[in-house]
Amino acid sequence: MIGLQHYLLVSAALFALGLLGVLTRRNAVNVLMGIELILNSANLNLVAFSRYGEGNLSGQLFAVFVIVIAAAEVAVALAIVLTLYRLRRTPNLDAADLLRG
Amino acid sequence: MTPSDVVFLVFAAITVGSAAVCVLAHSLIYNAFALLFTFFGVAGLYLLLGADFLAATQLLIYVGGILVLLLFGVMLTHKIYDLDLRSEVTQFGAGLIASSAVFVIVAWTAFRTPWRIGEGRLPAATTADIGREFMGAWLLPFEAASILLLVALIGAAMIVRRKKEA
Repeated sequence: MIGLQHYLLVSAALFALGLLGVLTRRNAVNVLMGIELILNSANLNLVAFSRYGEGNLSGQLFAVFVIVIAAAEVAVALAIVLTLYRLRRTPNLDAADLLRG
Repeated sequence: MTPSDVVFLVFAAITVGSAAVCVLAHSLIYNAFALLFTFFGVAGLYLLLGADFLAATQLLIYVGGILVLLLFGVMLTHKIYDLDLRSEVTQFGAGLIASSAVFVIVAWTAFRTPWRIGEGRLPAATTADIGREFMGAWLLPFEAASILLLVALIGAAMIVRRKKEA
């Protein structure tokens, strides 16, 4: 019988994989993909608690807000990545050291 | 096992497997397409959880919007004749240890905590109720989110705009 714990387990796996991507990739676009995985895992948790908890829609409403924030985040982040690429000719994050004294 | 359990296992396998490909594959194009299947898997899990509106939103916004934006990012930050689009990995051992530790802790917590399981009575079709909630109790966050989107998109356009040659 599939219950709340199984959804939480899938979400934990998504979170850990996203964290791995954020920690180990040098390419900024890959790091953004990892962040999207983390946001998806949070959303999965919210929807699972909405279904198995009290049985109201608050979790799903929160998930809609998370999706909106993710859309805004990825637009601004890609703008920054493109500007960095124009400046340094590389999408790698360790090139972003312009503020180093 | 009931049929819905089998469907859950299939969607969970699609989600986690393609997320692993998304993180571990070395080609950026593979990463992006694996992310597509991850989003599809999560949308399927939403459907299983009775969130039909969210599943449609996931497909529309994540697959139709965010993934296309990420692909633009891939295309615009690499030379077009640069066919293999490799992306480098650094400190893989330390990252693997850290994320495995996080996974173990979170999974252990998920299984050990005595969650309060309610009746879980959700409406069969959630769209009308979600709309009513947004226009009622959640009106202020809804408007704030729309202003946030507007500001973020204008800001993104401002950041990437080329400066005029003065």
